[in-house]
Amino acid sequence: MNKFRISAVFILALALLGAYFVYSTENNPESSYHFKYGLDLSSGTHLVYRADTSGLEGGDIDDAMGALRDVIERRVNIFGVSEPIVQVEQGGFGGEKEERLIVELPGITDVQQAVELIGRTPLLEFKLANQSGELALDEEGNEIPGSNFIDTGLTGRYLKRAQLTFGGSQGVGINEPIVLIEFNKEGTDLFAEITKAHTGEILAIFLDGEPLSLPVIQTEITGGSAQITGDFTPEEAKTLVRDLNLGALPVPIELISTQSIGASLGHDALTAGVSAGLIGLLLLSIFLVLWYRLPGLVAVVSLVTYFIITLLLYKTLPVVLTAAGIAGFILSIGMAVDANVLIFERIKDELEHRDDLQEAIKLGFSRAWLSIRDGNISSIITSVILFWFGTSLVKGFALTFGLGVLISMISAIVVSRTFILAVSGEKYEGARKFLFGHGIH
Amino acid sequence: MNIIKYKKIFLSISLVLVLASFLSIGFFGLKFGIDFTGGSILEVSYPEGRPEAADIYSVLDPLGLGSVSLRSAGENSYIMRTKFLEDTDRVSIMSVLSFDNQKTVIEERFNSVGPTVGSELKRKAYAAIFVVILAIILFIAFAFRHVSKPVSSWKYGLVAIVALIHDITIPTGIFAIMGKFAGVELDVLFVMALLAILGYSVNDTIVVFDRVRENLRHNQEFRSKESFADTVGKSLDQTYARSFNISLTTFLVLLSLFIFGGSSTTYFALAMIIGVVAGTYSSLFIASPLLVILGNRIK
Repeated sequence: MNKFRISAVFILALALLGAYFVYSTENNPESSYHFKYGLDLSSGTHLVYRADTSGLEGGDIDDAMGALRDVIERRVNIFGVSEPIVQVEQGGFGGEKEERLIVELPGITDVQQAVELIGRTPLLEFKLANQSGELALDEEGNEIPGSNFIDTGLTGRYLKRAQLTFGGSQGVGINEPIVLIEFNKEGTDLFAEITKAHTGEILAIFLDGEPLSLPVIQTEITGGSAQITGDFTPEEAKTLVRDLNLGALPVPIELISTQSIGASLGHDALTAGVSAGLIGLLLLSIFLVLWYRLPGLVAVVSLVTYFIITLLLYKTLPVVLTAAGIAGFILSIGMAVDANVLIFERIKDELEHRDDLQEAIKLGFSRAWLSIRDGNISSIITSVILFWFGTSLVKGFALTFGLGVLISMISAIVVSRTFILAVSGEKYEGARKFLFGHGIH
Repeated sequence: MNIIKYKKIFLSISLVLVLASFLSIGFFGLKFGIDFTGGSILEVSYPEGRPEAADIYSVLDPLGLGSVSLRSAGENSYIMRTKFLEDTDRVSIMSVLSFDNQKTVIEERFNSVGPTVGSELKRKAYAAIFVVILAIILFIAFAFRHVSKPVSSWKYGLVAIVALIHDITIPTGIFAIMGKFAGVELDVLFVMALLAILGYSVNDTIVVFDRVRENLRHNQEFRSKESFADTVGKSLDQTYARSFNISLTTFLVLLSLFIFGGSSTTYFALAMIIGVVAGTYSSLFIASPLLVILGNRIK
């Protein structure tokens, strides 16, 4: 019994430490372990775009979607939002698959501005370096970016495709990456014209107003293709090719779902969810202690430990909390009690045949285990399927519910068991008959 | 409590409830929310006091948005349901709602779901429910694979499925009625509630079956001549206290979610409460009696 008492003290100490971690990280503004809230509990905008990839196939789709994501990420960063999420998702169910782009902008509720900025088609431009020798300067004497280049009229609209190859000819090092670009008919003519008139000058490639690469025109090019060499690593060249292809073949996107939540609504939902959880826990605890007495008290301690472990996981994994997620968590509290109640009922059964308390408790646990295991497995199956099928809302629920079921099972069979063995005596007699009795007896 | 003896009464009650649910679903239909049909919800608040609904309708009318349903919420908010809106529509709505900048209007929430996203989600929801039920029958057949006499293991799964269908039909039927008379819509959270009910109810049923399994094994060891009906009845006597207490605890938690949990989870909690009550009833009063009926037929 002493070994259970030592373990119990050890578990209590760990739980207190965990509680302190949860509390202190939440109150420390510099901590990276704050709870992360979904948009419905804070505020912000959630946009879903459909990408029209009908002109592409196979691997090109993935490339195009990756490029789209990067471009939109750059645009979103202009907002200065903390932790924006831009991700590619496959939508559709049965039949046609659909490529989608999800954009989440925490704290941004000006949907209009966001939509306008994101919806712009990526812009690829070819510009000639200003040969006049005079730099355009701003008032403080700094060079104004992009101002020293002249528009040529050649843009991504005329690009057929870009391609990555590696050197080996025309004085380029063997493994040096080369970006090949190929223009369409109109672009070929325009390109020939420009390269003829400006041989030896810099023809810069701009993406969304930022210079990407500054190749020098070596000679007139009439074939409609050009190569860009420069000081880039294969990785950078790959990115460039992707960006170029995007500028040339922008995947048209269409807004198919919008969700924006104002700050006060989100805050109210959070407060309501948290208070519902706490009140639910309190009601449960009262019932458990009144009905199951000493084991009930142990169950309450075990539940609080479960609560702390769950919050710790939410912070460290991290789990993004949503209203649906909190509902899943609250539901899992109900399931957590289940294991304890099953065990107590079994212990009670065992006490009808014997008066050795320790033996009855151990037997009660081992007999309850099968039911707990089978019941929880079915709950976990449900949450895995939910997670598999779900949209982000359902995923939040499935994750907190599944995690909750798993942790509650562990806390019931480890924490409850240790505590109840630690506080029970050897024999079922005297006051212990009251403490281990239950209900109205 | 002799559940097995009066099984016909208990089964009849359920049968009536399930039939009534099917009738109300067939009669009233299911009122799906924008999550499934596509459409938009706009919630606005007027901190200085909201205008009359008629005024709102009159400024919205020229925009040609089709049918708009307006519902007051809280003290000075309105919730507006429309067809799927483009962002430009939203901008023009917000501008007319300010009545030429005479009133301060705050956009609390804008939720717009395209029709294809909605119908895709609906198909996903049906599939999820189907797959969960299928996975559970397989799991139960597997978990009870060593039990074959007098009822084979897959029949435990089959009985559990009957109980599960009972448990999700009743909340759906009640929500069909509420949709008809109170305008309550079925959203993604409702489907999650149904799936959670499936998980909860099968858990409850498994606990009873687990006792049956244990008692059968015990009888075999001691060569007891107890009839299958008596074994099931004894198992029920041993588990109903636990089933009731668990329902009560889950009920308490859900009740607190229902009362204090904020508007977004109110109907989720309600659906769960109905489902938990139905689930407890079905594992005690449907699953076990059905098991006995199946067992008797074999003899």
